[in-house]
Amino acid sequence: MARDITIGQYFPGKSLLHKMDPRVKIVLTLVFLVVIFLCKNFWAMGLMVAFLLGGVLISGVPFKMLLKSLKGILLIIFITAILNLFYATGGKVLLDLKFAQITDKGVYTAIFMAVRISCLIISSSLMTYTTTPTMLTDAIERLLSPLKVFKIQVNTLAMMMTLALRFIPTLIEEIDKIMNAQKARGADLESGNLIERAKALVPILVPLFVSSFRRAYELAFAMECRCYTGSNERTRMKQMKMSFLDFIFIFGIIVLLAGVILLNRFFVHLI
Amino acid sequence: MENIIEFENVSFRYEADEEGKLLDLAVENINLGIEKGSFVAVLGHNGSGKSTLAKLTNAINVPESGRVLVNGLDSADEKNTDEIRRTVGMVFQNPDNQIVATIVEDDVAFGPENLGIEPQEIRRRVDEALKSVNMYDFRLSEPYKLSGGQKQRVAIAGVLAMQTQCIVLDEPTAMLDPSGRQEVISTIKRLNKELGITVVLVTHFMEEAVEADRVIVMDKGTVFADGTAREVFSQSEKLLAVGLDVPQATQLAKLLKAGGINISTDILNEKECIEALVSLLKE
Repeated sequence: MARDITIGQYFPGKSLLHKMDPRVKIVLTLVFLVVIFLCKNFWAMGLMVAFLLGGVLISGVPFKMLLKSLKGILLIIFITAILNLFYATGGKVLLDLKFAQITDKGVYTAIFMAVRISCLIISSSLMTYTTTPTMLTDAIERLLSPLKVFKIQVNTLAMMMTLALRFIPTLIEEIDKIMNAQKARGADLESGNLIERAKALVPILVPLFVSSFRRAYELAFAMECRCYTGSNERTRMKQMKMSFLDFIFIFGIIVLLAGVILLNRFFVHLI
Repeated sequence: MENIIEFENVSFRYEADEEGKLLDLAVENINLGIEKGSFVAVLGHNGSGKSTLAKLTNAINVPESGRVLVNGLDSADEKNTDEIRRTVGMVFQNPDNQIVATIVEDDVAFGPENLGIEPQEIRRRVDEALKSVNMYDFRLSEPYKLSGGQKQRVAIAGVLAMQTQCIVLDEPTAMLDPSGRQEVISTIKRLNKELGITVVLVTHFMEEAVEADRVIVMDKGTVFADGTAREVFSQSEKLLAVGLDVPQATQLAKLLKAGGINISTDILNEKECIEALVSLLKE
């Protein structure tokens, strides 16, 4: 079960993407997400996809691993595509069913949506694969640090994120254990309708919550023992410095953005 | 030798339960001194107060009466808490519940980061700490992929990186398999011998206690026996009376002696037992 979750997973490596300043990486990923939705025709989309594939190649993350992260939302992509197929209005009617029409605009929208969602997932997975969760939360902490002005405890937030990420695999392991224990006692988790199956989860969630609280209590002790007070100024082992490399990537994204806008202008909008 | 931790008439009880009933004292009138650089094992069955004793050493628990002094600092004074925790580090039973970060080296860095140490110095300490517990090759691994013994060694490295003078381990091997247990105990022993770190090992395994310079047996919140491993384990009847065993080798020697064989009864481990038996056979 733990294998299916790709959020916060890290693929160790020494590629240029791994070496990037995580702050820059987060911001550029956000910009890239915007670019994905700016693409209005196949030319622009092609440029964007080529850029993403280039990123994948540079990162050295096996394409298979990225596809695995798509597997979980394949159904969502499919449903979105189908809905858009019928939802879009206008354009040439390709197929006239009694209850709905399929237009060429609908087909384009469906394709664009499927590609957009896939690129969305792949690009954000690429970011988490090439950044350790600690670096990620550190970077988020630094990016959010202006919020300190509003008395928001940014470092506490970052610590909470780190701990949440740290305990995902531990809790998944625990769920597996509890499920097996309840199955051994005759619990039926797999049959019945949706409501019955939801009810069957209660005997799993209750022990999970109890043990999580106990874990939290022990963890708090352990953290205190290591002089964590929540308020003290902490230093960091890993410093973040922007290098020449980061400026190259920033330049690359700017070129992409400009390219997509130009291609949108010069070619017909399909959606 | 100077004492690093000093218990003076220490009593402690946990907070009352929901009904407000006062609980019994968890430890009562403890007088102890832990010598700098020594390796002390604290033995006792469940509820004997041995874990409470451990938590009193670094101000997680503060005595109800009496004083705990760490390098002369009173643990009851909150101003000293930080300094005491820099002196006495602690490793707990469940390795999963004390690892904070998602990467081994980041976890080891957690303590020094809290102390506000310079980044390069943290890097140096982390590498050094990981090397001294033989986990340097795993520095970029994810903790949940490690075995129990490896996780526990990472936890020890986390304490080492803070450069504490004393490590208190509260049943660090209770959740480990025999090989993991062996890894942890040999690591602890090496740190004590090579780096001169004071070690207090709370355990209920006799075989681990045998390794220590000094064994303290707790029962019902008081110190029941205190001495070298040989002194303590030679009184097997007394230990059995408080629900503790003696090491198997000692037990075997005792039984042989009772059966009329002339063998020394202060045997502590298998090696000594074999030597004694071989020399008997030669005679």
